Amino acid sequence: MDYKVKAVLVDSAGFARTITRLAHEIIERNRGTERLAFVGMQTRGVYLAQRLARKVEEIEGTALPVGVLDTTMYRDDFRTALKQPLVRVTEISFDLYNMNVVLVDDVLYTGRTVRAALDALMDLGRPKRIQLAVLVDRGHRELPIKPDFVGRNVPTSINEEVRVRMTEIDSEDAVLLVEVQQP
Amino acid sequence: MSLLTHKHLLGLADYSEADITTILDTAERMKEILERPVPKVPTLRGVTVVNLFMESSTRTRVSFELAEKRLSADTLNFAVSSSSLSKGETLLDTALNIEAMKIDVVVMRHKSPGSPHFLARHLDSIIINAGDGCHEHPTQALLDMMTLRQKFGALKGLRVCLVGDISHSRVALSNIIGLKTMGAQVTVCGPATLIPRGIERLGVQVTHSLDEAIQRCDALNVLRLQLERQEAGLFPSLREYHQYFGLTRRRLEKAPAPLTILHPGPMNRGVEITSDVADSEHSVILQQVTNGVAVRMAVLYLLAGAKMPSTEMKV
Amino acid sequence: MRKYANFDEPARARNLVLQGVRAVDPERNLDQVLDLHIRDGMLSVAPKEIPADADVLDLRGHIVTPGWFDLHVHLREPGGEVAETILSGCQAAMNGGFTGVACMPNTEPPLDDAGRVRWVMEKAAPLPVDLHVVAAATRGREGRQLVEMSELVELGVRAFSDDGKPIADTAVLRHALEYANMLGARIFEHADDPDLSVGGAMNEGEWSTRLGLPGIPAVSETLDVLRCILVARYAGAAVHICHVSTKESVEWIRWAKQQGIRVTAEVCPHHLLLTEERCREFDTDFKMNPPLRSEEDRQTCLKGLADGTLDAYCTDHAPHAWEAKAQEFDVAPFGVVGLETALGLAFTHLVGRHLDLKAMIERVVYAPRRILSQPLPAIATGEPANLTIIDPEGSWTVRPDEFRSKSRNTPFKGWELTGRARGIVNRGFAVIKEV
Repeated sequence: MDYKVKAVLVDSAGFARTITRLAHEIIERNRGTERLAFVGMQTRGVYLAQRLARKVEEIEGTALPVGVLDTTMYRDDFRTALKQPLVRVTEISFDLYNMNVVLVDDVLYTGRTVRAALDALMDLGRPKRIQLAVLVDRGHRELPIKPDFVGRNVPTSINEEVRVRMTEIDSEDAVLLVEVQQP
Repeated sequence: MSLLTHKHLLGLADYSEADITTILDTAERMKEILERPVPKVPTLRGVTVVNLFMESSTRTRVSFELAEKRLSADTLNFAVSSSSLSKGETLLDTALNIEAMKIDVVVMRHKSPGSPHFLARHLDSIIINAGDGCHEHPTQALLDMMTLRQKFGALKGLRVCLVGDISHSRVALSNIIGLKTMGAQVTVCGPATLIPRGIERLGVQVTHSLDEAIQRCDALNVLRLQLERQEAGLFPSLREYHQYFGLTRRRLEKAPAPLTILHPGPMNRGVEITSDVADSEHSVILQQVTNGVAVRMAVLYLLAGAKMPSTEMKV
Repeated sequence: MRKYANFDEPARARNLVLQGVRAVDPERNLDQVLDLHIRDGMLSVAPKEIPADADVLDLRGHIVTPGWFDLHVHLREPGGEVAETILSGCQAAMNGGFTGVACMPNTEPPLDDAGRVRWVMEKAAPLPVDLHVVAAATRGREGRQLVEMSELVELGVRAFSDDGKPIADTAVLRHALEYANMLGARIFEHADDPDLSVGGAMNEGEWSTRLGLPGIPAVSETLDVLRCILVARYAGAAVHICHVSTKESVEWIRWAKQQGIRVTAEVCPHHLLLTEERCREFDTDFKMNPPLRSEEDRQTCLKGLADGTLDAYCTDHAPHAWEAKAQEFDVAPFGVVGLETALGLAFTHLVGRHLDLKAMIERVVYAPRRILSQPLPAIATGEPANLTIIDPEGSWTVRPDEFRSKSRNTPFKGWELTGRARGIVNRGFAVIKEV
């Protein structure tokens, strides 16, 4: 699918500032780092979770565990999706029991992926609390899900998309507003 | 669109290297699910799978059933004793009747080679071959390859020897086809009466000396010897078979490096394999069983978890 | 003319002219474009004038040969009427351009006594097709006790066979050969060593290994061919080998003929045109006995047909009901239908490539009748009209739904062929299709 960039919502410097702010908010809301852990959702949520963990360590001096979650097997659209999703790694090497888990994703949209992630997390263990951190909330929710930490609220129209790019797999750190050209 | 290029898994004969790699990669993810506190995912909710087993089988059926349940599919077992086949109904009529009950997937075991291909021509359901006579047993070969890949990292260039009754083994044929597709070197070893004609045309080496085979392979897949082959006059006695083709610790000690030992089960201990080999540190026989569930989950997810072709038309 | 296109009530050839045909009769050295006039079933070649009241069919571009004869068919009646009847089988023959067929006795019950054979003969008597019954060689086709051959020969039987299986007991084979030879009749052997082929579903080799199907080794046929040749020589008798399929069978038959041993043989279109890998989809329309063999076997059979080692081109027409073939490959019965495709296949793939028209006529008109000691039809004035009308340029697609046979089990479905049977004239009838 081709797309046309309509606007650069966040540039590289802004990206770093957003991560820093989110890290501070997370520490503040949780009153420190006690029993705190990050779980990133495949794919960019994982890198965001790692960056947040690094930032928290810079601020508080404690290294927090980071887990990787793939929600493919919990999706509700697997038999109607145009392309069958590849099942990716899920790796949570710490015990979720009684943890304060911050679930991290790049873009919050309909809320269906978060729903899948919550179900998956429940099957993996019994955390004390789950909070949701997203880099961008673009609206259009289809489920009653509300993020606890938001990097940026971006009202969008239905044929616009938000693309998060990260140096771990892309050439830059940026958040782009794009228009999708339907094939 | 499915990640695989096939609707059914009838055999490995038409599966490409990319298809097999997709299955094995997905199976590794499934293995992780099996290790979770709640080893069950909702992926195939609403999908109905019939296990149509017209030939006795315990472990393959149980393995499939477990895989189906782990993926939250609705499963129905249809065994030969409870079927109409004994009442003279044809396989086709039986299958059409089951399909009329609105099912999505048929996992089938049948004594006739090609019976899954036959049903695939007449049914709309997804067909997964769980063993068709002496033809193929694709999920067994996939789990064998998964086990070998875990042990050696890759299959390309790996030297694998299949030992025993090659003529009547669907495990052997699917392994040969799958391993050759993945770039492994395959040797078959057994008495001349149990090596089928034209096998070398499949790109395998043939030897009748187990000692020689041991000298030039990395892994040995020891096949179950059907004891009734002796009555058919295909070899003189179990005693002689064991002496010349049975895998013993003594034989294995002559290998230049320790060999990995596989067996599809169930084993005839003391015939094709001795207990000290089967239970040794180099045996991966129980790992195979675990991988079996993961591989079958992967196949079910990849085939039944894709969008149905009919609904694709509407988008 | 529509009235001649009636298969159910064939029209009489009372006063019919086949206009502008190329008449080919190798025995009479005839190969010429001319008119044929048939009055009350009798032939007049190139008549000086055409009667004004005659039905004239413009058949320019068509070939007319003496009537084709299929030396090996199964008509399934009595017992297998779901798959074929004497009537439907003969209609398939007419549609395929055959004026005569030899039907095998493996019915239920088998044709092993005069009463049953006469019953079949009487059923076929009113039809435009000459039906020659091959009687069972042994009672119940059980391979033990000879049938009452003398009585059957008096009825007109000239061949005996346990076709479907060999006469496995060599002493019984010897006695059958000797006794039939005394009567001027011949044993047709389905060459096979049942101990070697037991349980087999396809040719043994790379493909049976790839498909996991039990194999029928080529040597199981060849071994019996050689046994028949040697026993026939010892007994001083004639023997006919059915549906030859292996390279070595051809080679041994060629050797035997060079030795002056009285052996004849036949070959089928599927063994000339198809090979074992066709079984790869487990389509039971490719399952027959003997099975499809290797490319080397096929090539040798083609040579054998071309050089006359294999005397006759026949179909082994073996109808099976859809439900019988719609089964697992190893469970489904052996056999394919052939009557309605043999001529088209011959003109598309054999004539002009492997043998000329004259040789083809020898294989499918004369040899079968010689083997059965039957008179040879001729295109000559004053002879009974026994003719096959062929459109050599007519192209068509094999569509089993259009068969006259009650069965559809052909491995040639969907094949594009050039050359088709247009009709036959025989026994005072003419059945000629509209275009």
